[in-house]
Amino acid sequence: MQIEKKRSNLFIMAMFSIVVLSMPIWLDPLGANYPDLLQKFAIFGIFAIGYNILFGLTGYLSFGHAIFLGVGSYTAVWSFKLLSMNAIPAIIFGTVLAGIIAALVGYVSLRRSGIYFSILTLAFAQMFYNLAYSVLTPLTNGETGLTISSDDPRVLDRLFSDVAAGGGLPSTEVFGISMSGYSGFYFTAVILILAFFISLKIFNSPFGLKLKAIKSNQHRMKYTGYNTRPYLITAFVISGMFAGLAGSLMAVTDPLAGAERMQWTASGEVVLMTILGGVGTLYGPLFGVAIIKYLENIFSAVNEAVLQSFFAFMPQWLNDTMVVIVSPFVGEGWHLTLGLMFIVIVIFLPGGVTEGFQKLKEKFKKNDDQQKLKQGDE
Amino acid sequence: MDAILIQLLNGLDKGAAYALIALGLTLVFGTLGVVNFAHGALFMLGAFCAVTFQKILTISVKVVDPSITFFTAYKEQPYLEIWFGDVGLAIIDYAVPLSIFMAIPVMLFIGLAMERGLIRHFYKRTHAEQILVTFGLAIVIQEVIRHFFGANPIPMPAPDIVSSSAAVGAWLGLSENLVYPWWRLIYLSFSLLIITSVFAFLQLTTFGMVVRAGMFDRQMVGFLGINVQRKFTIVFGLASVVAGLAGVMYAPILPPDYHMGMDFLVLSFVVVVVGGMGSLPGAVAAGFLLGILQSFASMTVVSQYLPGIDQVIIYLVAVIILLTRPRGLMGRKGVMED
Repeated sequence: MQIEKKRSNLFIMAMFSIVVLSMPIWLDPLGANYPDLLQKFAIFGIFAIGYNILFGLTGYLSFGHAIFLGVGSYTAVWSFKLLSMNAIPAIIFGTVLAGIIAALVGYVSLRRSGIYFSILTLAFAQMFYNLAYSVLTPLTNGETGLTISSDDPRVLDRLFSDVAAGGGLPSTEVFGISMSGYSGFYFTAVILILAFFISLKIFNSPFGLKLKAIKSNQHRMKYTGYNTRPYLITAFVISGMFAGLAGSLMAVTDPLAGAERMQWTASGEVVLMTILGGVGTLYGPLFGVAIIKYLENIFSAVNEAVLQSFFAFMPQWLNDTMVVIVSPFVGEGWHLTLGLMFIVIVIFLPGGVTEGFQKLKEKFKKNDDQQKLKQGDE
Repeated sequence: MDAILIQLLNGLDKGAAYALIALGLTLVFGTLGVVNFAHGALFMLGAFCAVTFQKILTISVKVVDPSITFFTAYKEQPYLEIWFGDVGLAIIDYAVPLSIFMAIPVMLFIGLAMERGLIRHFYKRTHAEQILVTFGLAIVIQEVIRHFFGANPIPMPAPDIVSSSAAVGAWLGLSENLVYPWWRLIYLSFSLLIITSVFAFLQLTTFGMVVRAGMFDRQMVGFLGINVQRKFTIVFGLASVVAGLAGVMYAPILPPDYHMGMDFLVLSFVVVVVGGMGSLPGAVAAGFLLGILQSFASMTVVSQYLPGIDQVIIYLVAVIILLTRPRGLMGRKGVMED
């Protein structure tokens, strides 16, 4: 049994790695094969996987995870400015600091549950956003956002090589490999695979089981003698660290951190991704990320001219009306589509795409069974 | 002394807006048990009722401008002015207060449609799902407004007669320099009026009595042969009207833009939990309290020592209160406790 499980884990991981690493190949026909978008998939994948550990397993709905995303970004940019353009220290510092902040926020907010927890995290999100936007301007550079500049100290870089002052803006790298283009994607992809592995381990571990128990009935769990708080805080910190990791990877792809990344509506986006894919399932959040980021990419690029040509096969009057009907939902109006999708998913498919697949599967299976029964009768 | 008084007044009118939104939120929560994240959007819709009303009033036609004689110049002249002369101009001037009469039926309709169309399907679902669906609805409303009115704030002037400041200091025998915009005083008294009438409605009418009974024990009231659900639907409409009116009257203070709802939403949720979930007096008290607190925190004396404290004070207070007094200031026992 134990060995079998291990083998199946290995199988899952191998499949997952192949799927992720071959993304440039199989996304090519879908028109999504460029490094920026691929990196976005991977980064938000990490974010959603982490969020799912908290929301999916324990059922605690947090609106504060954008905080950790922002903290990760800011820390990474500071690491680029002060230490080195190498991405490794940046993501380590980003993840660790996000974890520390998550421990603080989690320690306080997890004293309450249900809607109070959501509102507490909401309050924290707004508080941190205000801090980053105006109060801590020396640290975050306020409205403009924190960027690197050519005359930053970058102590480690200068120690090992003679960086000519006044050169162009340096770019992020990992031991000499530039983090732009496909190498950047493969770097994030490897981290995504690691993150997925951790999440798989957590899902299958006794710890994950306890988190699920908290979701289904916290009181009963307490009656059996468990103190649920340490488990919750650990889950919160882990998911916060995932968010910090995602945030610092964002800074690796583009060394810029702004306060808008911390707004609570940004947390809303990750909630939507998780729900769309399937809360509490292992792969669900990744489906959600892929669907939303892919649609976002398509929808926000569409404008009226594109729509005109898309509906070109129709007669002119129908073409015009279709363009008028559809145009509010694309381009600038992408958020409208997102909001509608949100409502529709929560109403009709609370279990997300994963649940939809399962329902379809059951339906087919039922049809099969019925056919078999019929054949048997004959 | 002057500074303190002026901050108190500033805080009161900000608090009035918080209190009105929080009142509606609490009403909906206490009756229907639904956590409505789209309530801020209702506030915003109210403000845009005023914008729409003003736009309708100022529908114009191009006419020759007689004041310029060198060449034929054109100017935009509202139909109202052409038809009614000075009376028409006065109506346009009073667009904001007059739009209340449009806002009441519109907001009532929106509220009822929202409850019947969407929220009623979510009574039996978890709070997380209620939050998510209403959050989605809030995004949709916000984007629709942006589609029609653009992303920029739209300035809405208050009527001319009250656009100046009231000499509050002189009335109270204090310094002459202590002045306060008339419109804000009006907003303050308007919201006090609304709050009083909501309480009077709930305390003094039979309808209100049934609603209170339903909040207390819904099943029992149902056994008595009363259609509780219908009453609660009307309460949702009422809450929507209250939020809408708060928005209409706030338009001259803060030029409405499409995301003002979200900005106020978080604050009003904080107000609700600080006041105590399900307690109407708590929501009102906490609204005013937090408004005043925020305004005091922005005084220069305070920000000298604690720079930026005005940005975070409300959230800090909320966190502290939720941790030390889990039920909020006036929360009832057994409401939303787990």
